Amino acid sequence: MATTEQILAAMGEIVNEVAGIPVEDVKLDKSFTDDLDVDSLSMVEIIYAAEEQFGVSIPDEESKNLKTVGDAVAYIERATN
Amino acid sequence: MTFSPRTPIQSSQGSPFARIYGMSGYSPSRIVTNEEVCTWIESSDEWIRTRSGITERHWATGEETVEYMAAEAAKKAIERSGVPVEEIGAIIVATVGWFTQTPSLACVIAGDLGSKAAAYDISAACAGYSYAIAQGDALVRSGAAKYVLAIGVERLSDLTNKEDRSTAFIFGDGAGAAVIGPSDEPGIGPVVWGSDADQGHLIQQVPHWPQAVEDGKQPVLVMDGNPVFKWAAFTVCHYAAKALELAGLKPEELDVFVPHQANDRITQAMVRTLKLPESVLVSHNIAHTGNSSAASIPMAIEALYQDGKVHSGETCLIIGFGAGLVYSGQVIVLP
Repeated sequence: MATTEQILAAMGEIVNEVAGIPVEDVKLDKSFTDDLDVDSLSMVEIIYAAEEQFGVSIPDEESKNLKTVGDAVAYIERATN
Repeated sequence: MTFSPRTPIQSSQGSPFARIYGMSGYSPSRIVTNEEVCTWIESSDEWIRTRSGITERHWATGEETVEYMAAEAAKKAIERSGVPVEEIGAIIVATVGWFTQTPSLACVIAGDLGSKAAAYDISAACAGYSYAIAQGDALVRSGAAKYVLAIGVERLSDLTNKEDRSTAFIFGDGAGAAVIGPSDEPGIGPVVWGSDADQGHLIQQVPHWPQAVEDGKQPVLVMDGNPVFKWAAFTVCHYAAKALELAGLKPEELDVFVPHQANDRITQAMVRTLKLPESVLVSHNIAHTGNSSAASIPMAIEALYQDGKVHSGETCLIIGFGAGLVYSGQVIVLP
């Protein structure tokens, strides 16, 4: 069972690898597009990497609602716990 | 049930292996820059480059018809192969841009070349070139043809909606060809190909031709970019890895990787997922050609030859993927 902190840390690594954003900038209240400048294709890669890492499925219609890092972390937390 | 012909018949005997004797690519003459694209759609050079890797694309002029580009590519590949035209037993054209139901473009090209070969078109969109190579390999090994001319040609500019912000900057035109023939050593690896029709709606011609005729308007290609990106970058690359494995190569033994030039972001994601070492030369030809569907792989290989970056005998993994959805990949030994 992954904790919020563990999921956030993993998301930081994923966002860093896909979009080159420093891990420390990836915080719960940050918007992927407005704050982290993640474009739609990078978002697809981030979602895919998260699905692989946590063994969850994030359908396209759900991924559109994941505006902030916190949204994604909460979704993964619900899906894994 | 036992198979027992009343009278035994003969079968054809082909070559144990096949290889590519000569390849070519044809880039049409009109260069369309991102600046020009931005006169049709609200976008910017930077947005297009960062989302696709495209800086310019080649579009055919009025004289550069699908037939003309295919014939030019064919003649160049045949000349480079050293194979006499009359030895070619089959001509396969992969295209979505030949708008004549019959005769096929392959037959028209046979006529242009003075060939009497079997000739037929295939419709496998962006995977078409790899499909044609796979068929050529099979025909040579079965003995159905001694030499096969495989052509990929497109004029996607004809199918581009210049008002669609999501696709207007992507597509390009061009052609490429390969002459495949008998070999004592494997020169074409096992093909990994298939279709994924559940996702067929992601890339479509809209509307179908009868409706277009009724409307008096040319149909266009529409694409749902993000799901296509996900499928290509993360599903198709597993098929690419399989093609490499079936050819008996480890990633570090591969010389060149030429994926269909659909979007450079897909290429980059594929390289990451496949964990290709830096020693593998990767084509990013889309920067100068846009996405030219069945023509993109041979055009990309042609560019690598022109730049002196590839040489005869090198192993090259090609993987095509696109509307259908369809995919196809194999390792080829460069002629």
